[in-house]
Amino acid sequence: MANAQKSETNNHRLLKSNNSSSKKNEGRGKFLVFTSAVIVIIATIAITVFLGYKGIRTFFVYDVSLWNFLTTTGWDGTENSGAFAFIFGSFAVTFLAALFAAPLGIGSAIFMTEIAKKWGQKFLQPVIEILVGIPSVVYGLIGVTVIVPLIRNHVGGLGFSLLAGMIVVGVMILPTITSISADAIKAIPSDIKDASYGLGATRWQTIYKVIIPAALPSLMTAIVLGMARAFGEALAVQMVIGNVKGLPESLLDSAATLTSIITLDMPHTTYGSVHNSLLWSLGLILLIMSYVFIIIIRFVSSRRKI
Amino acid sequence: MNRRLTNKIATTVFVSCAVIMTATLVYLLGYILTNGLSEVDMDFLTSDSSSAMAGGGIKNQLWNSFYILIVTLLLSAPLGVLGGIYLAEYARPGKLTNVIRTSVEVLSSLPSIVVGMFGLLIFVQYMGLGYSIIAGALALTVFNLPIIVRVTEDSIRSVPVKQKNASLALGITHWHTVKTVLVPAAFPGILTGILLSAGRIFGEAAALLFTAGLSTNRLQFDTWNPFDNNSPLNPFRSAETLSVHIWKVNSQGIMPDVDEIAAGSAAVLIIFVLIFNVTARVVGNIIFNKITGSK
Repeated sequence: MANAQKSETNNHRLLKSNNSSSKKNEGRGKFLVFTSAVIVIIATIAITVFLGYKGIRTFFVYDVSLWNFLTTTGWDGTENSGAFAFIFGSFAVTFLAALFAAPLGIGSAIFMTEIAKKWGQKFLQPVIEILVGIPSVVYGLIGVTVIVPLIRNHVGGLGFSLLAGMIVVGVMILPTITSISADAIKAIPSDIKDASYGLGATRWQTIYKVIIPAALPSLMTAIVLGMARAFGEALAVQMVIGNVKGLPESLLDSAATLTSIITLDMPHTTYGSVHNSLLWSLGLILLIMSYVFIIIIRFVSSRRKI
Repeated sequence: MNRRLTNKIATTVFVSCAVIMTATLVYLLGYILTNGLSEVDMDFLTSDSSSAMAGGGIKNQLWNSFYILIVTLLLSAPLGVLGGIYLAEYARPGKLTNVIRTSVEVLSSLPSIVVGMFGLLIFVQYMGLGYSIIAGALALTVFNLPIIVRVTEDSIRSVPVKQKNASLALGITHWHTVKTVLVPAAFPGILTGILLSAGRIFGEAAALLFTAGLSTNRLQFDTWNPFDNNSPLNPFRSAETLSVHIWKVNSQGIMPDVDEIAAGSAAVLIIFVLIFNVTARVVGNIIFNKITGSK
């Protein structure tokens, strides 16, 4: 490819009689970009098929009952293992994190688009970008060294808890929610805002009655994207949540999520064992959920009015 | 309630949201840097890690992180850029294009641990690469590809259509136009995107746990034969990266200075991620100004 490029630039860029070679290059170029695009499809299909195959095998080869697997608790690595506690843990962390990050993120987005229009953007944009860039192990580390002791000393319990998971993951998805919400609010035509101000509405009234309803589908997309990220987050959650294999009874109890159990158990299981196979089924749940999140996002954004 | 008062309260709430967010960032960075940098010295950066005794460094982990980053970029950047060019220039609306777009969306929303499991299955086990740099880099390619595809497509689409038409009107073929007009004009955007993704790759750990492995050989920086097991260049050896190291010492470490090592490693990691982010902005701006001729 490098050769082709070189000979190309050695030729003249202007129209040349040398038509057959440029046609050949045209075809070659098209083939190249098309192949790359097809590789993206192949990767996606391969992941879906292989994970699907490995995840479903558990229920056919090892005779694990799907119903039992999804609805009971008790994880001992045998055919009777149930993953309900982890499914619950994943959903709990996801919703709690969204509950905490969504208002904060949308509030910040409104601040940077409506309240401090001139410098809010300039100031918060780098903040968002750096927050996104911080690796998840670092969030986990701060969770372990700051948030867990804080909860242990001031709220109660061991510290390793759903609450710690919620805070760490909430901070992680905050920038995602903020930046997408800000884009959504910026996309609202200024006409309708001006109309509202023209009628004598205050800024809050305009935000509450005009901007939020108009941007609602996109704001929902922002929240769902944040939740998708929260659901799949592995190491940061694993470090702070305590990884107890039963159902948590309160926010201060330790819990476990699908990702945290995969992270912990995978290295200790032997290839081909029931326990190992069960972990692939947990992975399949994660995969299915990321498809579900995509479907929800498509559904929500198809309701966009503006 | 008085509507002016409500308005004032609301404004205060929005301002406090932004303040909370900024304060969180300042606290995070301040905490990591003040706690970590005191642990970082030349000795920490240039000595082998230790599994049981105090005083281990991060030399090999740091090297592995960069090695995996470079291999990943070598694999994912050309592929992603070409894929992005296809979507921006050649894809016609239709079923196939929809499938490609959906694939990009699915890949970019996959949890990294799932990418790691896929890597374990295909690269480590089926392809027999074992826990290795190359298996890790392939997994990270899967994870990075959709980002580069998107960035490239967006950057190419934002090139003014007049530039493209002018080139086509001179009788230059489409592919040649792509190479000599569109890609150079879109280059700042693409480069910024690649550098930003480099920061993400550098900090990624979940996808590497099961692909690049949790241990590293004692690298000998005088053996440059890539087939030697202790050579830093060997792509088939298992390679614990810096971010994996942070996770490992924190969850399994038995050395007495676990906290110090984790804090120091986190500070180094954060500094490099920040360098990637800042460079991305600066380089993007410089090239943009050069190309557009604006000051």
